[in-house]
Amino acid sequence: MATRTDTQLGWSRWRRSWWYHATYYAQTWRGSVASTVLFPIFYLTALGVGVGHLVSAHTGLVDGQTYLHFIAPSLLATTTMQLGEGESLWPVLAAVKWVRSYHAAVATPLEPIDILVGKLSWVVTRALATGVVYTIVIGAFGALQSWWSLALPLIGGLITLAFAAPFVAYAASVQSDASFVAIYRFAIVPMFLFSATFYPVSAYPGYLRPVVQFVPLYHGVALARSAAFGEWPLLPTLGHLTMLLALAVAGVLWGRRTLRRRLVD
Amino acid sequence: MTEPILQARDLVKRFGEFNAVDGVSFSVDPGESFGFLGPNGAGKTSTMRMISAVSQPTAGSLSVFGLDPRTHGPEIRGRIGVVPQEDTLELELSVRLNLEMFGRYFDIPRAILRERAIDLLAFTQLSERADDRVEDLSGGMKRRLTIARALINQPEILILDEPTTGLDPQARHLLWDRLYRLKREGVTLIITTHYMDEAEQLCDRLVVMDHGTIVASGTPRELITHHSTREVVELRFNTDSHDGYHDRLAPFAQRLEVLPDRVLLYVDEGDETLRRIHEHQITPMSALVRRSSLEDVFLRLTGRTLVD
Repeated sequence: MATRTDTQLGWSRWRRSWWYHATYYAQTWRGSVASTVLFPIFYLTALGVGVGHLVSAHTGLVDGQTYLHFIAPSLLATTTMQLGEGESLWPVLAAVKWVRSYHAAVATPLEPIDILVGKLSWVVTRALATGVVYTIVIGAFGALQSWWSLALPLIGGLITLAFAAPFVAYAASVQSDASFVAIYRFAIVPMFLFSATFYPVSAYPGYLRPVVQFVPLYHGVALARSAAFGEWPLLPTLGHLTMLLALAVAGVLWGRRTLRRRLVD
Repeated sequence: MTEPILQARDLVKRFGEFNAVDGVSFSVDPGESFGFLGPNGAGKTSTMRMISAVSQPTAGSLSVFGLDPRTHGPEIRGRIGVVPQEDTLELELSVRLNLEMFGRYFDIPRAILRERAIDLLAFTQLSERADDRVEDLSGGMKRRLTIARALINQPEILILDEPTTGLDPQARHLLWDRLYRLKREGVTLIITTHYMDEAEQLCDRLVVMDHGTIVASGTPRELITHHSTREVVELRFNTDSHDGYHDRLAPFAQRLEVLPDRVLLYVDEGDETLRRIHEHQITPMSALVRRSSLEDVFLRLTGRTLVD
């Protein structure tokens, strides 16, 4: 690896790509900060407190938790999923097709894999920051019950990576954004609604439960709840982690191929 | 004898069944400015991409700084600058930031980048626009910024793919002027173009490419001397088709090209030829005598015009 000299910093190549994304974000971040803080407050007020009041009046506890406590961790999971999607589809297609900033990057010492690792590590960085903000907000609503809650940002980072990696790979392989809206409508929104996000999986009829348990976000929601409640049933936890890690690894391997094909030949 | 800074032997780039580059050989010395002239689709950009170490040769050998791009890509790319055919600037960011951020890809510390950005903006006459968003620049300014960006790592070779396509004449001349200065400072220039005047202006030596192969090479003057006559008479007639004039005009010229809109007569003495044509009661709508150019060389070698 490069060593530090007067005219070189000695940074690894992926780290330069991470820095590029971070610097770009530093120029354009202002709009996203208010929504990062305000959205969880609105959400937890409307659903956790508002709808939660109705739920406790009619059915009492959900899986042994108040409704607010039940849905607060899933909010972190759905948000980090959407961060992984939003940072990956259009921005990556722009970088390989419209603005062509990844083409500019491969004309420098960077290789496609450096761009991929730099991009994903940047998106995970953002997820960690978002996770910290959300954990604080959720805590302020009194919905954290365990020191394990400190792991919530990490779980958010894992969820973001599990979605960002395959979405980056896919976006680097397409010619137009025509499919992106369909992905949002028919994958992201249903996952947001049906991944045991707003009610436990036991609310589904038995034949539907395996289907729900196959959905990636379900595993993210389950891990976030484990952290918030401090309950880690061994086998399910391993299953959830495996599912998300497998998605991340598959996405990285796929993205290495699609980015290479797109940027160098 | 100096070692060539760039050398290719029987270089091939194949996409599926299609040979974009079909066995080209050339070598460039340090400090030279070397051109690839040819129409769109001749294989110029594919050749550039292989030299820039972003595209792997299918066959043949290539060496840049004595290194093999297949195995030393990052090292080679760290020492060259690339001006792509289409600008790849960050439109939402400032001119200065475009330079500084790109420079970080080369692992250059920020303090050095700040100084270099100031110098390069002065060099490309963009100092006053340093804090403006790139979106607001004119086409010529964006092009100059792309060149400034390609120079941020102080490259030994600058590769320019169609540097002035789409620019107005004034912007082109300003850009050429900057490229002369780089050349005087010892930077090796590799230029592709389909403008013959650009090739004549900028290139010490060039190769003419067509269908993935090199059809001629030499200095602009050598190419013209070898493949064309000293002067050209261009005649236009008031007619829908110039085909019928071929036989009548052939005796006046060493060689004759009939294009859809005009006839070109290749001769040594243009004015004398024109006088004799008038003597024979042949009256074109317009007549022009000019010196032979690389355009004529290309027409001779390929039977086609460069820009179509």
